Amino acid sequence: MSVVTRRPDYDGRVTANRLPLIAGATVAAMAAAIALVFFYAPEDADQGLSQRIFYFHVPLALTAYACFGWGAWKALRHLWKRVDGADLESYVAIHQGVIFGALTLLTGSIWARISWGVWWSWSEDQLVMFLVLFLFYCAYFMLRFSLDAGPARANICAVYALFGVVLIPISFLAIRLSKQFIHPVVFTRAGPQMTDSQFVTFCVALFAMLALFATLYSVELAGKRLDARLRELRELLA
Amino acid sequence: MTASEKYTAAAYLVVFVAVLAYVLIIATKLQRLEREVAELVQRVRERG
Repeated sequence: MSVVTRRPDYDGRVTANRLPLIAGATVAAMAAAIALVFFYAPEDADQGLSQRIFYFHVPLALTAYACFGWGAWKALRHLWKRVDGADLESYVAIHQGVIFGALTLLTGSIWARISWGVWWSWSEDQLVMFLVLFLFYCAYFMLRFSLDAGPARANICAVYALFGVVLIPISFLAIRLSKQFIHPVVFTRAGPQMTDSQFVTFCVALFAMLALFATLYSVELAGKRLDARLRELRELLA
Repeated sequence: MTASEKYTAAAYLVVFVAVLAYVLIIATKLQRLEREVAELVQRVRERG
């Protein structure tokens, strides 16, 4: 029996519903990632057990970038091609990005407390740039909910989402441009600075996190679309 | 339990709790949508 079912799309087209498949892959990948992190990856000689936070912290940050990037792409599709539902997809992707961003900041702070002895360091460009990116996208919601729903709100929010994407490469490169270098640099031009088993664990954890984003994005989007259709139905019945 | 173990457990727990909270929020929303669908079905039936 196939796990791929059929469901109506935003504009009424019937497309394959891959959510059960994505959710299953997410659970399997997450279980594999946790097993690899705690039972396969070797313990770091310098940092000890706390280095294992890296396997979730960095994939969380990269997934947050992916969410914001996906949100910007959907915003561009809305502005350029006027694709139906692209505004809603952009909003959901940015919402996910903010959740993954908050988790990045939380896990990073916990790691900093063990390694540096402080929860936060304002002198670290990478940290501050990520916080700026996170706050920029938090403000997206203030903008969105301060405007009445309609084409004008969709256009303004799409332009805002596109502006934010400029901050992603700056945030990503801040660690390499920074003069402080307290924050560890794992990926350099010479390749990943870790053993093969650590790199495999990292890749599985990154895949698991991206799959988690895909699942949560699909679930939230389905809920929002259903909500919109119900509102429409209620108006028709009124 | 050492401080390093506590902090590492806390970092993973934060992610787990966040995902769990998200699932709970979605479940609550799903319940609301189910109620609304039932209400609309009732209204359509009343209309004949």
